[in-house]
Amino acid sequence: MATAAEKGVVLLDVWVSPFGQRCRIALTEKGVEYEYKEENLWDKSPLLLKANPVHKKIPVLIHEGNPICESLLIVRYIDEVWSNNPLLPSDPYERAQARFWADFVDKKVSECGTRLWLKREAQEEARKDMIEILKLLEGELGDKKYFGGETFGFVDVAFVPFSAWFYTYETFGNFSVEKECPKLVAWAKRCMERESVSKSLHDPHKVYEYVCQLKKKLGVKE
Amino acid sequence: MSKKDEVVVLDFWVSPFAMRVKIALEEKGIKFEAREEDLLGNKSELLLQSNPIYKKVPVLLHNGKPLCESLVILNYVDETWPSPPLLPTSPYERSVAKFWADFVDKKIFEGGSKIWKSKGEALEVAKKEFEECLKLLEGALGEKEYFAGNGFGFVDIVLIPHISWFYGYEQFGGFKVEEQCPKLGAWMKRCLGRESVAKVLPDPAKVQEFICKLRKMHGIE
Repeated sequence: MATAAEKGVVLLDVWVSPFGQRCRIALTEKGVEYEYKEENLWDKSPLLLKANPVHKKIPVLIHEGNPICESLLIVRYIDEVWSNNPLLPSDPYERAQARFWADFVDKKVSECGTRLWLKREAQEEARKDMIEILKLLEGELGDKKYFGGETFGFVDVAFVPFSAWFYTYETFGNFSVEKECPKLVAWAKRCMERESVSKSLHDPHKVYEYVCQLKKKLGVKE
Repeated sequence: MSKKDEVVVLDFWVSPFAMRVKIALEEKGIKFEAREEDLLGNKSELLLQSNPIYKKVPVLLHNGKPLCESLVILNYVDETWPSPPLLPTSPYERSVAKFWADFVDKKIFEGGSKIWKSKGEALEVAKKEFEECLKLLEGALGEKEYFAGNGFGFVDIVLIPHISWFYGYEQFGGFKVEEQCPKLGAWMKRCLGRESVAKVLPDPAKVQEFICKLRKMHGIE
C-alpha cells in the first residue's frame, strides 16, 4: 500500500455504483475525510487487485493500510470506527431487523434490476418481481420518515443509492415507481435533502444513459 | 437476561444454515428448543408467519420475536449473549471475519449443489470452482487453529456445518477435500472435536442419502 494511504481513508469506487455510494454516504454522514479513487472496471488498478484479491470488485475502503471489502461490511465498519451519528440502532433486535432489510436490498434489488435492463428473457417476470420487491420495502418503511425511524440509518444508506435507478427500472420495465410505491418516492426525496445523499447520487437520467451505453458495450440486442 | 428466556429454532435436520444457529447457541450455553420443519412437505403456520419474506429455516424465535437469515441471527445471538464472544474485538478483524462468513454464505452451498446436480463437463467445471473456493478458505485459515486469532468463532461456525455435506459432494464428484486441502481437513477434525459441533452435525452418510433423494427429485441419475 502507498504510504499516503497508510494513515488516511481511501475509497476505491466507480461513480455510478450504488454499492460505492453507500460507503460515500456513510463516510459523509460521519464527517470523515477520505480520498476517492475512481476505478476503471475494464482495466482494474494493481491497488484494487491487491486490496480485493478474492472478488476484485469495488467498493474497497482502505483505512490505516487495511482493506475492507463488501459495501455493507464497509458501512458497518465505518459505523463501528466512527461512533458519532450511529447508523445502526442500539437495541440488538432492532439492529437485527435493520441488517435483515439491508441484506434483502442486497439480495434482491440489483439482481432484479439487472434482469430488467438486460431484457433478455422473462421481462414480464422481472417487472412483476421488481414491483413486488419495491412494495415489500415500502411496507417496511410504512409511514416512517426513514427506514431507521426518525433518524437516517443503515437501511436508508443501503437502499437510497438505488433510488437513482428507479428511472432506469421503470423505463425498461414499463411501470411507474411513483404509481406503485408513492411512499418510497417521497422517502427518496426526503433523503435527497441530506447533503450526504445529494452529494453522492447522480442524476437518474445519467444513470439511464450509462446503462444504455453499457448494453451497447456488452453487445446486448434491443 | 430474564431466566425465563424462551428460545426456539425453526429447524430442518440437514440445513447447514440452521446448524450454524444451533452450534452458536450451544457454544453460548443457551437452552433452546429445535422444532423440525417438514421442508419437503408442508411448512408450518409458525414458519410462514415468522418468515413471510423467504419462508425458510432457520428462524430464531426469542421470546416469540422472530429473526431470519442465519448470519443476521448469529450476529444477534452474539450481541444478546456476549459470552463467549464469537467475533474478535477490533473493528478490522471483525470485518475480516464477516467477509469470510459472507464468502462461505455466497459460495459453498451453491457451489456444492452444482456438484450433485451436474454430470460430465458441467460436473468438472463445478468441481474446479468448488476446489478454488476451498483453497481460498484454506488460505484465509493459514497456520491458525481456527479462522480468527481468538479461538473457535464466527467463521468456523458458519463453515463447519457444510462439511456434513462434503461427503456427499465427494461421492458424486470423485474427490476428497482432505487431499485437496489438508489444512482445512485438519481444521475440520479439530472442530468435530468440539461438543457443540459433534452434537449438532448429522451423520454425513445420512446427508448423502438425503442428497440422493434430492437428485431423484431433480431427475438426475
